[in-house]
Amino acid sequence: MASQTPTRIVIIGATSAIAQEVAKLYAVQGARLFCVARDESKVIAVAADLRARGAEEVAVYVADLLTRDVHADIVAQSRTFLGTIDCVIIAHGVLPDQHALDHDVDSTIASFMVNAVSVISFAHRYANVLEEQGSGTLVGISSVAGDRGRASNYAYGAAKAAVTTYLSGLTVRLRQKGVYVVTVKPGPVDTPMTRGITLPLMVPPRVVASDIVRAVSRRTMVLYTPGVWRFIMALVRAIPEFIFVKLTKF
Amino acid sequence: MAKRYESWGRYPDVQPSTVVDLAWTQDLELQSRSSPILAYGKGRSYGDVCLNSCGTLVAMEQCARILEFDRENGIVTAEAGVTIQDLLRVIVPQGWFVPVTPGTKYVTLGGAVANDVHGKNHHRVGTFGCHVRALTLHRTDGTVYVCTPSQHAELFAATIGGMGLTGIIATVTVALIPIASRMIDEESIKARSLREVIDLTMASDHDWDYTVSWIDVLASGSSLGKGLVLRGNFSTVSDGTLQAPWNEPLLGIPLQGPTWLLSKPTIALFNTVWYGKQFGRMHRRHIDLEPFFYPLDAVERWNILYGSRGMLQYQCVVPLDGGEDAMRRILSTMQAGGISSFLAVLKMFGTALSPGIMSFPRPGLTLTLDMPLGGKRMFDALDRCDEIVHEMGGRIYPAKDARVNGAMFRAMYADELAQFRPLIDAGMSSSFWRRVSEE
Repeated sequence: MASQTPTRIVIIGATSAIAQEVAKLYAVQGARLFCVARDESKVIAVAADLRARGAEEVAVYVADLLTRDVHADIVAQSRTFLGTIDCVIIAHGVLPDQHALDHDVDSTIASFMVNAVSVISFAHRYANVLEEQGSGTLVGISSVAGDRGRASNYAYGAAKAAVTTYLSGLTVRLRQKGVYVVTVKPGPVDTPMTRGITLPLMVPPRVVASDIVRAVSRRTMVLYTPGVWRFIMALVRAIPEFIFVKLTKF
Repeated sequence: MAKRYESWGRYPDVQPSTVVDLAWTQDLELQSRSSPILAYGKGRSYGDVCLNSCGTLVAMEQCARILEFDRENGIVTAEAGVTIQDLLRVIVPQGWFVPVTPGTKYVTLGGAVANDVHGKNHHRVGTFGCHVRALTLHRTDGTVYVCTPSQHAELFAATIGGMGLTGIIATVTVALIPIASRMIDEESIKARSLREVIDLTMASDHDWDYTVSWIDVLASGSSLGKGLVLRGNFSTVSDGTLQAPWNEPLLGIPLQGPTWLLSKPTIALFNTVWYGKQFGRMHRRHIDLEPFFYPLDAVERWNILYGSRGMLQYQCVVPLDGGEDAMRRILSTMQAGGISSFLAVLKMFGTALSPGIMSFPRPGLTLTLDMPLGGKRMFDALDRCDEIVHEMGGRIYPAKDARVNGAMFRAMYADELAQFRPLIDAGMSSSFWRRVSEE
């Protein structure tokens, strides 16, 4: 099958650093984009940037994605604006401070609502839209953190694990219907979300973005970005729990 | 490993106490800071004008959105962290080019304004600031100004070339110039002496939009100042190159160079080869804008070739009247001080006046040299060069400086400083400013 460049794109969490870079790469190719984000002035700036870079048209939808009532309307509005949807990128999320969450169950659940429940809500809704179309690609931004629970970020990791597993199931379900699912697992990315944290192998968002664009055109099912994380996480997953608990660094 | 904030010369080596990685200009909050603030772009100025030892640096790199591009009239409004490189990828395919570009495309628009940068076409169009239509400026008292040549005009004039001291520049609106092709018709002419370089430059400035000369600083006696005069114009033929795919040759430098790599013998060899590589008197080329405007950008981080000690760049301007003699004296002073430079550049500034109060260019001759950082002998020789420059009524360029004596700087910019000081934001400062502004 020939690879195709999507031209009608929905981006949920359009002000995230990774989403902005992905959107720029599609904008220069003249894409039509439907951008959803919480902060109005920021998403307007993003939309202006995408238009200046060559996007054919950009629509903006401002909503707090924790309010699940608006999800159906977002899907409906994006279908009206784009007609056929070539690609949906679900990129929103928060990185909570695990130490603060350790003694705060409400915040733990709140972060799970954003990082897992609202993501699954969009994945579910758009999966059905794409299935009905019989075409399109669904991209979900998960994380290497979802591959194994660690003391330093298990609330975030557990939410990402839920997203990964959900997308994995969608991948299998939709593959026969002409719909492709890409599960993106970035390592640490230098974004406002990771501000103040310096981590090994940290990459700028544009590196992750160009990997995502390539993965969409190649219909990659699981994308580790940068690629070295595929091997690192294979090792991390293989470590037996009784040894893993002693590796306090993790 | 924490990220280090350096200038291009990697000297002085000073770090801020706090860094704010600004992702959105909407989130700028400057009021509650206790230490002095300075915006930081790509760190392409050479000395300490972009550094803020023990202060707060606001890293602007992520504020890189193009907010409006009027394709019909060639006017762009963008966040201050947008680089010329990024802008070119958007505007060149639409038939536009930046009105003024320095020798690297890795500068931000905020930096281009704050240093009021100039290029090979200064004799035609003046500085970058001459083409700025509007700026948004965030002051540390929480106020935000939209400055234009007619609105908050004083603040506009202080911000252009204002070294980032008037507040944080959040957005820049600039008028572009139209191009029909990305190709340049270039001529390179061999000149056997400084006199010839200057004569050829004066003769070329009428018909050529872009002129610059490379001179061999090590040549002395009658061939002192010998070099190559380079001149170019954008091709006016619509040859379809504007839409051509963009190939940026990029060669990485894997390691910091050993200190002998760019030392006097290797520099002498380089200069001889560079001058000698052109056999004929004149050489014509039809070349892409990348190698014409940005030859050094092909090598990413070439500054680390200078090794761990870093480098200095010296740039001064002197009036044309008596300028040739001043250039001779400066070059001889440098030679006597043991200073050798790989790529010394001579350019004639035109009469177009920048709106910027502290803007560096003045009509006359400007000389630029970079040199591996040396000891006291080098610093003394540069002090003597400053004296020659000042005596001639000239000045040095803050964006390149890491060493000028404060009293000398204040003398060179005496009238301008009187106008500039009241417009500075009291919450902003830089290592450069603390070094030169007070007794």
